[in-house]
Amino acid sequence: MKRSVVYALLIFCSLLFAAPLFWAVTTALKSQSELYLFPPKWIPSVWKFSNFADAWTIQPFNLFLKNTVIVTLLSTLGQLVSCTLVAYGFARFEFKGRNTLFLVVLATMMIPWEVTMIPQYMEFNYLGWINTLKPLIVPSWFGSAYFIFLLRQFILTLPRELDEAATIDGASKLGVLVRIIVPLMGPSLILVSVFQVMSCWNDYLGPLIFLNDQSKYTLTLGLSQFKGMFGVDMQSIMAITCLISIPPLAVFFFAQRYIVGGIATTGIKG
Amino acid sequence: MAQSYPQTAGNNAASFKPRRKRRWGGAAPYLFIFPWIFGFLVFTLGPLLFSLIISFYDWPIVGQVRFIGLGNYVSMFTDDPLFWKSFGVTLKFAALFVPLNIAVALGLAILLNQSTRGSAIFRTAFYLPSVISGVALAMIWSWVYSGDYGILNYILSIFGVQGPDWLNDTQWSLVAMVVASLWGQGSMMLVFLAGLKGIPKDLYESASIDGAGTIRQFFSVTVPMLSPTILFNLITSIIAAFQQLTLALLLTGGGPMKATYFYAMYMYENAFKYYKMGYSAANAWFMFLIVLTLTFLVFKSSEAWVFYEGEMKRKPQKKSKSGGKGKSA
Repeated sequence: MKRSVVYALLIFCSLLFAAPLFWAVTTALKSQSELYLFPPKWIPSVWKFSNFADAWTIQPFNLFLKNTVIVTLLSTLGQLVSCTLVAYGFARFEFKGRNTLFLVVLATMMIPWEVTMIPQYMEFNYLGWINTLKPLIVPSWFGSAYFIFLLRQFILTLPRELDEAATIDGASKLGVLVRIIVPLMGPSLILVSVFQVMSCWNDYLGPLIFLNDQSKYTLTLGLSQFKGMFGVDMQSIMAITCLISIPPLAVFFFAQRYIVGGIATTGIKG
Repeated sequence: MAQSYPQTAGNNAASFKPRRKRRWGGAAPYLFIFPWIFGFLVFTLGPLLFSLIISFYDWPIVGQVRFIGLGNYVSMFTDDPLFWKSFGVTLKFAALFVPLNIAVALGLAILLNQSTRGSAIFRTAFYLPSVISGVALAMIWSWVYSGDYGILNYILSIFGVQGPDWLNDTQWSLVAMVVASLWGQGSMMLVFLAGLKGIPKDLYESASIDGAGTIRQFFSVTVPMLSPTILFNLITSIIAAFQQLTLALLLTGGGPMKATYFYAMYMYENAFKYYKMGYSAANAWFMFLIVLTLTFLVFKSSEAWVFYEGEMKRKPQKKSKSGGKGKSA
């Protein structure tokens, strides 16, 4: 293809993809009088930055932020600890049933969430965990198939001589993991964290099903309840939309290299 | 991944067997993988079996539980117009979304792969919408699609087209949903891009020496070489289409006139609006079987159109162009 044609197409498509985002940001900055106009204004004549602070106080978004941060941090920590242990178990030991079990790990990725959703809800209901943050945190402490797979693949690339040298020096299996393997796993642990933080921060269906009380809401749930609320205008909705998108966007820019590589090699978004 | 596995297992056996017996007696590996085993039993296998069991029961969240055999399945097929309606909506969505998703992701990946300067910036632009949450995506599109003040109808009006009230129009709401979903295609594009980077350049060179133009090269080199990636993305797209729920809940609530009442939404409402847990579990198992069947059929058909380079190396006599058409098996 001709270079100029390629550039023209690339620019045209980027505009198509960027336009809705741009429209959201400029709407968030509009004053009431410019909101409902046709033809609409792309750029507001006065940039009303106070929209962000105003929208934030309509609902207790500080509380939602706190809940979201708690869920995100604790579940990410859980994934890191549990998946590292399990991946190490699969990568560095020979034991009965290992290959079968690992195939089962991979097979669980195929099970649609809808099928296990109802019994999980009943389980958490039985435990009295509905309307607490626990259903969003606790399962993360027992590993997830995709991350186990990813970390196992990474550990397999590390030379086994390192383990053996440490073992001769008297390190236990856990010692080898903590002192030798984990320090070398940096990039793959970053990738797991990034995927987990993003999927947890952006999660909507989990909070929707497990939380009822506004005091337990996460940000996405809070935003979803916003639409159609009396006295909430589009600039407030767009302001919150923009604000809660900042952390995932920031993580993306910070870790773009890892994300692009991670998706390219495994094909799965966290 | 599966192929490399037995080899490493062999290495492990050679270097680890004696030491394992001496120090840990063989329990250590099970301790390490215990978190997963526990989670698998409690959060996956248990719920999976339990949902199958309750699908044979009339199981309200409060009240009397009653075994009704295949009753849920029978009334689903014979006695519930919403079941067929929502199933039809999801099939229609899948029929539009799956091919378009593959086409858009592949098209963008091919553009990015032209090794132009600044391709990282364009890649970011195409991927950004995939980073934000489904809720944010739904909020943005509900405003874009607004019939009276939306930017889409404004752009159309520049060209003299009077746009509909997209989300409240029975004809257009499903299409609007497809387009909004396509906006978040980023990870599929990255998978295609990685696949394209893996195609050896000399294949294109020899094709162009043989006189193949851009279009011929696309169908005779790119498509066959990329077919395993296409297969992967095809299956991922089908699964995603059947699970689409967030957009329906937030953009249209299933309306207008149930035009966007997806199967996942039907399932969700049976469980969490009407609290018919057994019935919803039966819905879920039906969907699971349909998705498994579709995946199986796609895999079956892939023998005819997916081309694995490894198989060509085993049969060097098939290195001619006809081999590249995917009939390598």
